[in-house]
Amino acid sequence: MTDIVISVRDLTKRFGDFTAVDRISFDVLRGEIFGFLGANGAGKTTAMRMLCGLSYPTSGSGTVAGYDVMREGEKIKHHIGYMSQRFSLYNDLTVWENMRLFAGIYGLTKRETEERAAELLDRLNFSSERNTLVGSLPLGWKQKLSFAIATIHRPEVVFLDEPTGGVDPVTRRQFWEMIYEAAEAGTTIFVTTHYMDEAEYCSRVSIMVDGQVRALDTPARLKQQFSAESMDEVFRTLARGAQRGE
Amino acid sequence: MMRGNFLSFVKKESLHILRDKRTMLIVMLIPVVLMILFGFAISTEVNNVNVAVVAAERSDGVRDAVERLSHNEYFTFKGYIAQDKIDSYLRSGKVGAVVVFAADYDRCAELAKQGVEEKPIIQLIVDASNVNTAGSATAYLQGVLLGTASEQAMFETRMLFNPQMKSAYNFVPGIMGLIFILVCAMMTSVSIVREKEVGTMEVLLVSPVRPVKIIFAKMIPYFAISCIVLVMILLLARYLLDVPMTGGVGGIFSLSLLYLVLSLSLGLLVSTIATTQMAALLISAMVMMMPILMLSGMLFPIENLPKFFQVVSNIVPARWYIDAVRKMMIQGLPLVAVWENCVILLGMTVALLGVSLKKFNDKLE
Repeated sequence: MTDIVISVRDLTKRFGDFTAVDRISFDVLRGEIFGFLGANGAGKTTAMRMLCGLSYPTSGSGTVAGYDVMREGEKIKHHIGYMSQRFSLYNDLTVWENMRLFAGIYGLTKRETEERAAELLDRLNFSSERNTLVGSLPLGWKQKLSFAIATIHRPEVVFLDEPTGGVDPVTRRQFWEMIYEAAEAGTTIFVTTHYMDEAEYCSRVSIMVDGQVRALDTPARLKQQFSAESMDEVFRTLARGAQRGE
Repeated sequence: MMRGNFLSFVKKESLHILRDKRTMLIVMLIPVVLMILFGFAISTEVNNVNVAVVAAERSDGVRDAVERLSHNEYFTFKGYIAQDKIDSYLRSGKVGAVVVFAADYDRCAELAKQGVEEKPIIQLIVDASNVNTAGSATAYLQGVLLGTASEQAMFETRMLFNPQMKSAYNFVPGIMGLIFILVCAMMTSVSIVREKEVGTMEVLLVSPVRPVKIIFAKMIPYFAISCIVLVMILLLARYLLDVPMTGGVGGIFSLSLLYLVLSLSLGLLVSTIATTQMAALLISAMVMMMPILMLSGMLFPIENLPKFFQVVSNIVPARWYIDAVRKMMIQGLPLVAVWENCVILLGMTVALLGVSLKKFNDKLE
């Protein structure tokens, strides 16, 4: 079954004279790991904010999890998970309290919360840390916990905004294993990253330059198309043409 | 379901506060320390003033007056001294005030009673090196001696509501005006801005929770803490500082609740302006604390301010609150008597809450 989870047509966002996102169109399929690449200032964050229901598009259309980005932003929020580049759990709450909070936010019942929390803790081998303050965990663990909590309500899509920034290679590796697991379980992953080796892990990659999607395909075919050795080369070829600075 | 996520938010905010023991302690201790400091240490009131008496003749009238003096807890009677010792006693600090009765004091008093022109003559010589204390000591001494000197006495001063001129009476409403701004406005704004700074606000905004809910959930625990502090202050004021509160505690309490909501709205407004915790603190300190200290009548009577600042003081919410609490606590007026203050405060609350909620929502887009 190849149903479409995110579908975007000519999505545009203007701030005054400045066109941050310029008529982008793409589809993301269920269970896909969709890499969303672009230099700083290319419009990634703005595009992502529109998909998360945080900002209204100026024009164009799109659906996320079957809801219209123009009109149903609030409904979208129930069906997506989000993890930002900055660590976004509460350091002064315990692992369990963080889980309970986010489960509560997404309207899980007490029983569901208990079940999911136990399941996530088990999967992460975290059961012993249930009552540890999150602030005292090492960064790598925190990132994994963040991801787990972003999926506690079993969202259809998880948006990851540079999730592995500042994390060591080993933890990054483990983190990507978690992403794979979630994708295999049918969760769609929408991820932005600056690490080109991570781009290689994605099912498909789009590269934004100056507010437009300049390339979109599997990493293998992109490399072929640009006759490049690595994604890094593909990215640099495209980014060289950028008009906008940082 | 919606109620569920609101409750989990309130729980979360309460945990934040409870975990931060140091801040909790400060919030709880500051009112107590301020009350004790202003109530006892920093006082301009008459307390333990040593008084000596000069009287040519220890007549009945004089003895009666001295009796009153020595029974008064604010004065200590140091005995009779000779006329030429007055200067040395005052200079050496042995006494703070000397009461001199005229030689024909009794006769004058008697004549005065009969409606004859002449009045009894009492001279007060006071050590005025501390102007404030001297002023209130004089006034109070007059009050105490007044009873002795017949109805036709020479003093016209009359101290109403606070005859001992206890400074704690004046400071308690001021402290209340200050502390609630501190707890509500400063702490809520810092806690909202902290979430923006750390990045957790972003995640909350992506979640289905309505931003307004996030804000109200934040306000509730601070509101609860403020209520505890309010009860603490009222108890301290009543039982430690003996503030009369004849106007009814209910009225003071209701008005204070309104003021709490106002302070919370102010905090919300600050949080929409500030982007860092530091900025939130500074804005709170400069824009809120200073006007309260200077322009609310807490330290300086508004009537004594230059005209310009008198006008400015009208927009300081604490001014109206402190004024009303003072009237209720000390003059014993009921809540209805300060309805004007209530209406002004209510208006300010509605305006502030409206503006800050609007600003908060605008910021999100």
